Amino acid sequence: MFRIINQVFQVTRFSLASLPQRKGSSLSAMVGIAGVVVVMVGVLSIAQGIMATMKSSAGEANVIVMRSGADTEMTSGLGGDEARLVTEAPGIARQDGQPVASRELFVIINLPMRSTGTDANVPVRGVEPQAALVREGFRLVDGRMFTAGLNEVIVGVGARQEFSGAETGSTLAVGSEQWPVVGVFEAGGGLSESEVWVDAPVLQDAFRRGNSFQSVHATLERPEAFQDFKDALTSDPRMNVKVQTEAEYYEGQSRLIYQLVTGLGTLIALIMGLGAIFGALNTMYTAVASRTREIATLRALGFRSGPVIASVLSESLLLALLGGIIGAALAWLAFDGFRAATLNFSSFSSMTFAFEVNTPLLVQGIVFALFIGFFGGLFPAIRAARTPVAHALREL
Amino acid sequence: MSETAMASTQTTEPRPGNELLVDVRGVDKVFTRGSETVHVLGGLDLQIPKGEFLALMGPSGSGKSTLLNLVGGLDRPTEGSVTVGGQRIDKLSDRKLAGWRARHVGLVFQFYNLMPVLSARKNVELPLLLTKLSGKERRKRAELALEIVGLSHRLNHYPRQLSGGEQQRTGIARAIVTDPTLLLCDEPTGDLDRKSGDEILDLLQALNTEQGKTIIMVTHDQRAADRATRTLHLDKGRLSSEPQA
Repeated sequence: MFRIINQVFQVTRFSLASLPQRKGSSLSAMVGIAGVVVVMVGVLSIAQGIMATMKSSAGEANVIVMRSGADTEMTSGLGGDEARLVTEAPGIARQDGQPVASRELFVIINLPMRSTGTDANVPVRGVEPQAALVREGFRLVDGRMFTAGLNEVIVGVGARQEFSGAETGSTLAVGSEQWPVVGVFEAGGGLSESEVWVDAPVLQDAFRRGNSFQSVHATLERPEAFQDFKDALTSDPRMNVKVQTEAEYYEGQSRLIYQLVTGLGTLIALIMGLGAIFGALNTMYTAVASRTREIATLRALGFRSGPVIASVLSESLLLALLGGIIGAALAWLAFDGFRAATLNFSSFSSMTFAFEVNTPLLVQGIVFALFIGFFGGLFPAIRAARTPVAHALREL
Repeated sequence: MSETAMASTQTTEPRPGNELLVDVRGVDKVFTRGSETVHVLGGLDLQIPKGEFLALMGPSGSGKSTLLNLVGGLDRPTEGSVTVGGQRIDKLSDRKLAGWRARHVGLVFQFYNLMPVLSARKNVELPLLLTKLSGKERRKRAELALEIVGLSHRLNHYPRQLSGGEQQRTGIARAIVTDPTLLLCDEPTGDLDRKSGDEILDLLQALNTEQGKTIIMVTHDQRAADRATRTLHLDKGRLSSEPQA
């Protein structure tokens, strides 16, 4: 066994040592594989970024209450009294005697995108003052909070980046009115950062919603209190509501777009990967052809097929590994943290997010590169090992 | 040794009394290229006793290298048997044949076939990687083989740093390092100038006479063939002791 391993090691060693003699074709295969990894990691980092945004939107002890049967806030509706009863339910955390709960409504306005100038759907959320306590990581980074009763708005940092006019000191066209932007906020990287916030009664009046809301966002005293909270609400005959943790809600919200982007990214990666496999095949067939003399000589001397296959495969895998690492590094440099906006299919409004190139994604990209290298090297390796020695020696 | 002295050792028949090392019987070799079938060897018999230095001559395409490959276990006959040292090698599996070659055959190629990325010593060590020898023992034997061929001062030189004659001597050192019973040389002087060619032939002759190596050498060069103890001519797949008209 040791002898076989030693044979594999030695043959592989001088196979790799001869790589510089084939640097042109080797580089081209490596660059091809790197390109595939860049695209794959880049596209999948969109899905990762969306998922991360959704996850960070959900506070550990946060819940969302909507009308029974509603899957999104867009399709939900709660009367003012019903929403008030929710905020008084047992289990909700309190601060200064007030429940940490915000009754909210949600509308969509059009604002031009900074990048293209085209209109995009922008979510405007009517909130109560407690909303800032419910959202973990809420912090004003510019200006001040809106004044209750006035048509002032604050915008999330994501919205400020993506939409024209969404910055402190400017105004937003809401219906026939111009609403001043008085501040900019962060919300721990969550979905709220894509939104425009305004005092809930102001939005109700502007959009003639009467005293109705669409959801109640609340923070429980502790995460374990959820079941009691849910039971209390669902068993109350005065209410007809659906109670979810924010984690459940946002997971459901992001599932469609996550699957869509991941599926698309995987499809693109597979198609490009197929092309890269042919590139690697070409490179390795060329490598095997240029090493016909070496390989035939080794086999004539008594080396078996195993070490020969291992040496060709190891060369292919090494090129793929280098290509994969380069591609992963480029993807990380180019995409990680890059902010963009996309349509949130659940609310039909824009959501901003940052591309997230994380370690599992980098590993996934490199593993995919190795997969390309393996299949790109396998058939040339088998050919190298199977060509009759006498025939190969005659081809010199 | 003078050329006259070389020529005087020539015979056309195997030396009687010596133990038979190579026994080729009724060998046919047919190659198929697309729809074309080429009969290279037909019903060929050849016996080579141990210790013989046999030169195989003949025109291009006559089947000299094919015969050499069959005896060296690099190829299999279409019909007939090839027995070397009492072993029917045409019946061995690819795996066993590779092991047999490693133990019993030393190969010398026209274009040396050295690994360009390995030094002379590492090139000579290559066949020893297939043995159980330790790294230290491999190194020692490789150095000894290079000393025998007169290259102990070129141990760490790479093939590109060696002359053609030196590269071929390295090739011979690689062929003898495992102490094989049979040396197969395919045009060993074909790529060398006359002086280097003579040195290689001197070396092969010494290995035959002093170390008792059995050598089969394919050559186009009558001067090289004159160094052998027997010369056979191969033409149209048939062996004869004289060139055919």
